Amino acid sequence: MNSGRWLRWVWPTVPIAGALVVTSLLLILFGAAPLEAFQAMYDGAFGDQSKTLSVLAFWVPLLLASTGLLVTFRAGLWNIGIEGQIVMGAIAASWVALSVEAPSAVLISLEIVAAMLAGALWAALSAVLKTRGKVHEIFSGLALNGIAIILTNYLISGPWQPPEGGSFRGTQPFQPAALLSLYENSRFSPLSLLLAVIAFILVVVALRGTFWGLKLKAIGQNLRSAFLLGVSSEREMILAMMFCGALAGLGGGVRTLSWFDSLRQSISGGIGFTALLVVMLSNYNMFLVPPIAFFFSMVLRGSLTLQLRTQLHSSLGGILTELLVLFVLLFGDWNKIGLFRKKEDDG
Amino acid sequence: MDSSTFILVLASIMLASTPLIIAVCGEILTERSGIVNLSLDGSMLMAAMTGFVVAFETDNVWFGFLAGAAIGALFAFIVAFGSIRLRQSQFAIGFVLAMLGQDLSAFLGQNYTRIPGPFVTHFPIPYLKDIPVIGPIFFSHNAVVYFAYILVIVTWFWLFRTQPGLRLRSAGDRPEAGFARGVGINRQRYLYTLIGGALVGIAGASYSLSIKIGWSEGITGGLGWIALAIVIFGGWSPVRGMFGALLFGAAKALATYMQRAFPEVSVVAFNALPWVLMILVLLLVGSDFTERLVTIAPKSLQRPLQRLLRISPPQALGTTFVED
Amino acid sequence: MQIELRDIRKYFGPVKANDGINLTFKGGQIYGVLGENGAGKSTLMKILSGYQPPDAGELLFDGEPQDFSSPADALEKGIGMLYQDPLDVPAFSVKDNYLLGRDQRLILNYQGAGKELLEMTSRFDFKLDLQTTIDNLSLGERQQLELARLLVGGAQVLILDEPTTGISAEQKEVLFGSMRKLARDEGKTLILVSHKLEEVQELCDHAMVLQRGKLVGEIDIPCENELLVEMMFGQVPERSERPDYDFGEPVLELTHVQIPTYNLTVKDINLSVRAGEVFGFAGLEGSGQRLLLQACTGLQHPDQGKILLDGQDVSGRPYHWMQNAGVGYVAAGRLEEGLIAGISLEDHVELAKPKHTFFINRKELATKTESKIEQFQIVGRPDSNADELSGGNQQRLLFALLRDNLKLILLEHPTRGLDVRSANWIWDQLYLRREDGSAIIFMSSDLDEIFERSDRIAVFSGGVMSRMLETKETSVDEIGHLIGGRA
Repeated sequence: MNSGRWLRWVWPTVPIAGALVVTSLLLILFGAAPLEAFQAMYDGAFGDQSKTLSVLAFWVPLLLASTGLLVTFRAGLWNIGIEGQIVMGAIAASWVALSVEAPSAVLISLEIVAAMLAGALWAALSAVLKTRGKVHEIFSGLALNGIAIILTNYLISGPWQPPEGGSFRGTQPFQPAALLSLYENSRFSPLSLLLAVIAFILVVVALRGTFWGLKLKAIGQNLRSAFLLGVSSEREMILAMMFCGALAGLGGGVRTLSWFDSLRQSISGGIGFTALLVVMLSNYNMFLVPPIAFFFSMVLRGSLTLQLRTQLHSSLGGILTELLVLFVLLFGDWNKIGLFRKKEDDG
Repeated sequence: MDSSTFILVLASIMLASTPLIIAVCGEILTERSGIVNLSLDGSMLMAAMTGFVVAFETDNVWFGFLAGAAIGALFAFIVAFGSIRLRQSQFAIGFVLAMLGQDLSAFLGQNYTRIPGPFVTHFPIPYLKDIPVIGPIFFSHNAVVYFAYILVIVTWFWLFRTQPGLRLRSAGDRPEAGFARGVGINRQRYLYTLIGGALVGIAGASYSLSIKIGWSEGITGGLGWIALAIVIFGGWSPVRGMFGALLFGAAKALATYMQRAFPEVSVVAFNALPWVLMILVLLLVGSDFTERLVTIAPKSLQRPLQRLLRISPPQALGTTFVED
Repeated sequence: MQIELRDIRKYFGPVKANDGINLTFKGGQIYGVLGENGAGKSTLMKILSGYQPPDAGELLFDGEPQDFSSPADALEKGIGMLYQDPLDVPAFSVKDNYLLGRDQRLILNYQGAGKELLEMTSRFDFKLDLQTTIDNLSLGERQQLELARLLVGGAQVLILDEPTTGISAEQKEVLFGSMRKLARDEGKTLILVSHKLEEVQELCDHAMVLQRGKLVGEIDIPCENELLVEMMFGQVPERSERPDYDFGEPVLELTHVQIPTYNLTVKDINLSVRAGEVFGFAGLEGSGQRLLLQACTGLQHPDQGKILLDGQDVSGRPYHWMQNAGVGYVAAGRLEEGLIAGISLEDHVELAKPKHTFFINRKELATKTESKIEQFQIVGRPDSNADELSGGNQQRLLFALLRDNLKLILLEHPTRGLDVRSANWIWDQLYLRREDGSAIIFMSSDLDEIFERSDRIAVFSGGVMSRMLETKETSVDEIGHLIGGRA
């Protein structure tokens, strides 16, 4: 029995070790020394101030999106449409930046509100399709993602194209007043971090301390029992999606107003999908989300330096994180593997 | 546009739609058994990359396809195993694999980008290619395209006219009934997830070996996600799926063409069309609109109409079945 | 062919579903297997038809021991079972459904299938549309198809599980005709699992009665109904004397209520329940009691008739409205339809509150939960999850979650699976509630409980409700007859 308990304790490290081993193998396959490579990644993240700030700047929208997903996962929803919600937030913020003349503080406030509203409404679309139309949110999410990207490309190459002609990379740059103020020479906006922290606190309070959060938990676990206990699922699901959409939209707005200076083709850069991975890896545990998101940021940014130093493709960072999630999914749950059966509870 | 250009356009649509048709047939088989393989996009990218690399190194296109099929089957197997044996969410595993496939293919293929390699040779079918209009559109392509035609017919026949097809469908529609008739439900699911995955792999490989020459990052352009949409849009039937794929290809081609004429509207409208259609079909599936439609149709048309409009998903899709 | 069951045992945890059953079935006869819910009939038939293996005991065909690996295997050896909800595939066409698993031929032979089906259906006078899909057929038609399939598959022994629930009278005649033909003319063995005594008398040659996992009697038909009733329900002790309670005004009134569903239509229900009254719904499961209970909560809606709550017409009102109007409902499936497995007791208490604040007041909640735990003697802590409690404590929790001062309390199987102490305790709580003026309706398949606890009883059989009976003035016999289907 003792060996069983010890194994149970140690087991969570197995998937982590597995991911590291496979990544190292890949590195060796391509003629790089794993330790050097990981060192390069680390340097790429924390080597100097500007790099660290880049990690922070990347972390903010990822944190916003992940935090939002905590809400939808709590309600049992698979919000794959988060990519589209981020994009729509960026589009809305861009629209304000390009159409409105106002002092910076006002302009930025408007952009933030617009971004959150757009994200929320785009998410609401998925939600209503689900509650009224019985369309699974994975498929409506995929479709709305696609449409959002198409919209972006259209705006970039059409009405919002830069004056010197469409380059298909981005719209014309925004007026300086519209952009978030950045810390020194980086792309990091301290304001955005503040917003992200506020958002995180709001979500924690909402999920743990409000009745609404409890309702979401009930719906996510057992729709029928929740209904019989008095919870109306339709309304709560829509609200949960809108909450997540608002945060995602804010993330998109932050990206377009600080990381970039215009609306870009890959404005989201897969942040939404990465956020899904972050939350899956954290096993839906709220307090693990910020550090895991930070870890992802670190690895993804660090692998750019990896590419510079070793000439290896920067996707290695993504591979490491995805292997982690995969292995934890497959092998992380000790009980499900059936190696160690739980004692049956007598009813 | 004159008629000969028009014919060329149609022919190119046919060619471009081939990977989608193959992938859709594969995923239909998988979903008919009850499993959703969300990893399609990553699967296809990995297969495209691996297919090209193997073909390049062995100087043989067909080994490339074999490799692609193997990769596709491997990805699918992980989804099936994780879902059936490890009781984890199909969606979660499929999704991670989709992401992983994207990054892994970029990394592993980095030394092989944008170099020319073996290519499926153009092989117009004698006699058939000379039929006016039809000939150039359908019969002046390569072996992969012809494979796609045959695949659609074989998949349809297998699903709806054979005993194994019945067993497959029972696993996805009502596993308890299948079980009572002696069908090994999980066995069916493993089998067809593997076969479907292999087909998806072939579709991916065909991208780097017959559509676009060579490999580069993200070459399939989100095709895997679109394939998932078309399976639904085609009502889980190979023939309708093929039309869905062709429609998508046509929409894309039309978008490029019309862009010159009506730049504003066309890009958004035509590119977004498949997605909008998918949502509409899903709405239709969830409502009882089609049933009501059948009841108000004239009596004689009711039966064929019902068969045509049967778009509901396999009832047990996405669920697990525990064999006693 | 002679089938022998020797010392069959099957346990589900501590429950002895089949506790050493010995039976013999001979060819050319029609047998009736009777028993209350939970007597072990379905378990036994599932074992006999190959759906699940016994834990102990043997199956012998003409003296040869048999071991079935699946229902398909059993069919090959000659036993087929027709389920109450036939195991067919709704999305398939009739011919596809017929051909599934029929043989190893690669290509489906639709012509052959059509011929076989035609032959089979004309033999028994089934009138079926062979060109359509299964989900277009009625329950009776699906049964007929399944019967045809089993016969073609080589079934010498046919088990039919409650086949007449949900089919028309016409279809029932056709079914019975075919059963007689199969037994008399073709020498097949038919086993009819049923609770409808009339039908058993009409059709069967012998009856076997199960009670609590054991065989309690075998008898030749025709016989006195009383004997059957006695074997099925045993002797019910005389009801303990309880003083008459002073009932109030009617809280719930149903007039000519009809609830249509796919399987069953509950017809022409007229019911009146007074404040402080305990009303028992008796009858075997699937007879309509549950539907009616759910109609009173707003989960089902009648398409005819009226439901009045305290004089107010609430016929179409949804569940949450009824909940706020003072109707409480405790479903049978504790973890499926009442409690949420992964959530703590404290959270349940918060969810069940009639009025909510935006923020959860944790301190107040903790105190409230502790007091509920004490009041209802629940073995568990406020932070225990619902699925960590034992069945009895889960039931106590469900009670603790009921709101105060309810007008009407509806319960499905309130003491199922509970030990005597917990069951008594639950009823003490319910009697306390009636002091507040609540009307209580409960359904149970335990006749003891019905007799002991109800002021009045109604019996359900096949969607039909008997007249309302005063418990003091009725007897087990009468109830048994009513359950057996005589109005």
